[in-house]
Amino acid sequence: MAASPGAVSPVSATASSPTLEVRNLQTHFFTRAGVVKAVDGVSFTVGRGKVMGLVGESGSGKTVTGFSILGLVDEPGRIVGGEILFHGQNLARLKEEEMRQLRGNRIAMIFQDPMMTLNPVLRVDTQMIETVLAHTKVSKEEARQRARDTLGMVGIPSPDERLKSYPHQFSGGMRQRVAIAIALLHRPELIVADEPTTALDVTIQAQILAEVQKLCAQTGTAMIWITHDLTVVAGLADELAVMYAGRVVEHGPVNGTLDKPLHPYTMGLIGSVPSRNKRGEPLRQIPGMTPSLLNLPVGCAFRTRCPKAQDKCQQDPPLGELLPGRRARCFFPYNMPAEAAA
Amino acid sequence: MSTPIIELKGVSKRFSKPLDLAGKLARKLGAPVKDETVHAVDGVDLIVRKGEVVGLVGESGCGKSTLGRMVAGIMPASNGDILWHGKRLDSLQGAEARQAKLQTQMIFQDPYASLNPRMKVADIVGEAPLVHGLTKRSEWDGYVDNQMRRAGLDPSFKRRYPHQFSGGQRQRIGIARALAVQPEFIVCDEAVAALDVSIQAQILNLFMDLRRELDLTYLFISHDLGVVEHLSDRVVIMYLGRVVEEAPAEEVFARANHPYTQALLSEVPRIEARKKSFAGIKGEIPSPLNPPSGCHFHPRCPHAFDRCKVEKPALKEIAPGHKSRCHLNDRAA
Repeated sequence: MAASPGAVSPVSATASSPTLEVRNLQTHFFTRAGVVKAVDGVSFTVGRGKVMGLVGESGSGKTVTGFSILGLVDEPGRIVGGEILFHGQNLARLKEEEMRQLRGNRIAMIFQDPMMTLNPVLRVDTQMIETVLAHTKVSKEEARQRARDTLGMVGIPSPDERLKSYPHQFSGGMRQRVAIAIALLHRPELIVADEPTTALDVTIQAQILAEVQKLCAQTGTAMIWITHDLTVVAGLADELAVMYAGRVVEHGPVNGTLDKPLHPYTMGLIGSVPSRNKRGEPLRQIPGMTPSLLNLPVGCAFRTRCPKAQDKCQQDPPLGELLPGRRARCFFPYNMPAEAAA
Repeated sequence: MSTPIIELKGVSKRFSKPLDLAGKLARKLGAPVKDETVHAVDGVDLIVRKGEVVGLVGESGCGKSTLGRMVAGIMPASNGDILWHGKRLDSLQGAEARQAKLQTQMIFQDPYASLNPRMKVADIVGEAPLVHGLTKRSEWDGYVDNQMRRAGLDPSFKRRYPHQFSGGQRQRIGIARALAVQPEFIVCDEAVAALDVSIQAQILNLFMDLRRELDLTYLFISHDLGVVEHLSDRVVIMYLGRVVEEAPAEEVFARANHPYTQALLSEVPRIEARKKSFAGIKGEIPSPLNPPSGCHFHPRCPHAFDRCKVEKPALKEIAPGHKSRCHLNDRAA
């Protein structure tokens, strides 16, 4: 696999070591129809205060990657290989009890549907105070104070009154803010956000993105932003990892990756987004559809939809560093400088 | 431009929830309770001409889907007139009414909910044209094959059921079904919102190809400004049941007039915008049960002044073909 930047740091993490380092993660689902390799050798790192955009379409394995980090993969799924190093500690090897100490405390998750986080029959204050008390020894009054402050931080007006509401009394955008507030209660070092704004309206999405941006900058929280929407991560993320059929096919800084994509799939995704300068012209679509993970083409999984595919693509391309800081899993990448392409 | 296919004049739609027993008793006893009424669509004028693609944009609850359903003839209007080729839709009789219904077809958002799971694709696509005499029993197979091929589906799949298809393919089945009765006007209600980006691009391209091929007219309803900008000739923006701005597509995206449109446009995430700082207009979308007085947008508007709270602004033409509903335009003049 590809060389990771920086050597393994011991458990005592320093400020310069990445918050999270995922190495060759493999999460497979053992179904009756066969083994589904939902995540098949994914590696990336996220540093303090950085936002990593994990982009892919349905079934690309982006959500399962997020669930694996939090230890939320259920039967018949299992992490079968690789390491998830959180400040050097391998989460994949932790016992459930140890993982519970971290989850919701130092690592938090925001789901697409806030009702995954919220209990519909409990008042918001009950849920938030419970979350605080689960990980810190403070009085109930202090816990309520912390809940109130966090609600204010995510931009909920009159938090004192809102604490006494039930989840159904909030609108969709407000509910997502409450879910985000719960994720932030313990000032986590890492947040995994799985399409948190996909179901929201444009103006509400912009409000939430603004809050998230402010928080990352202020608290140094590292963030993994899982989405299918390139336009959202374009404005938010520092780095991008594009996933296809359980693998990262391209990885690099946002600017380079979106301006001069290397992998034909990334190129296709960008071409598929309707944008200002292409008005009225046909979109550059990717032909065909995502293959079933049970029945992937041999070699490069994108081969059957790729305009540049050749015989060589029947072998498995490695995720190589094709340009400084830019990696892609492709034999015939786009946007290579002339001499390097040879 | 040519004659309007559909013309809406002051069309409104109200949904009211009658009082329950306790409410009725309270009213009998003199309590000031009324039926709860939602003005989903409030006095909308709209013209769609032959060959045009009109984009209808708005956030959840603004009434865009309700308007689409009224245009497609699925739902009657509470007030106002809907004219089809200059004739009132609700006054049409017999063959003409049937013709109006056939000529306007709708494509829905959810490709899972809008197809009957117990019907084979061939029947979903082919039932209506057979009933309406657009094809004969003897030519039916070939007719269905053609419709499927045109929507980019392999006709050999026609004996399958909807659950055997992916989301993008189901949306193609919906398109084939709509086109099978040879309509001239298609209402697309968030027709690509549920699809992955690469599949969305395929469907958008298909819409544009079909428009050219069959000389279709579209009312394209979406919350996604990027999609609407890409496809539309003219854009109509709605907020809480009212049209706030209407203009040719280039005009809206270059010179948006209404503060709501401006806010929407500045907040659309774009692939060209990197590490931008998101700002967001303040506040929530108000409940349509109890919309703000005057201009519906005034509690969130950065430019609101006293008049906005009391007086409903009129939709006025501010440039040729460009209308906006804002008091600020009177001030400038």
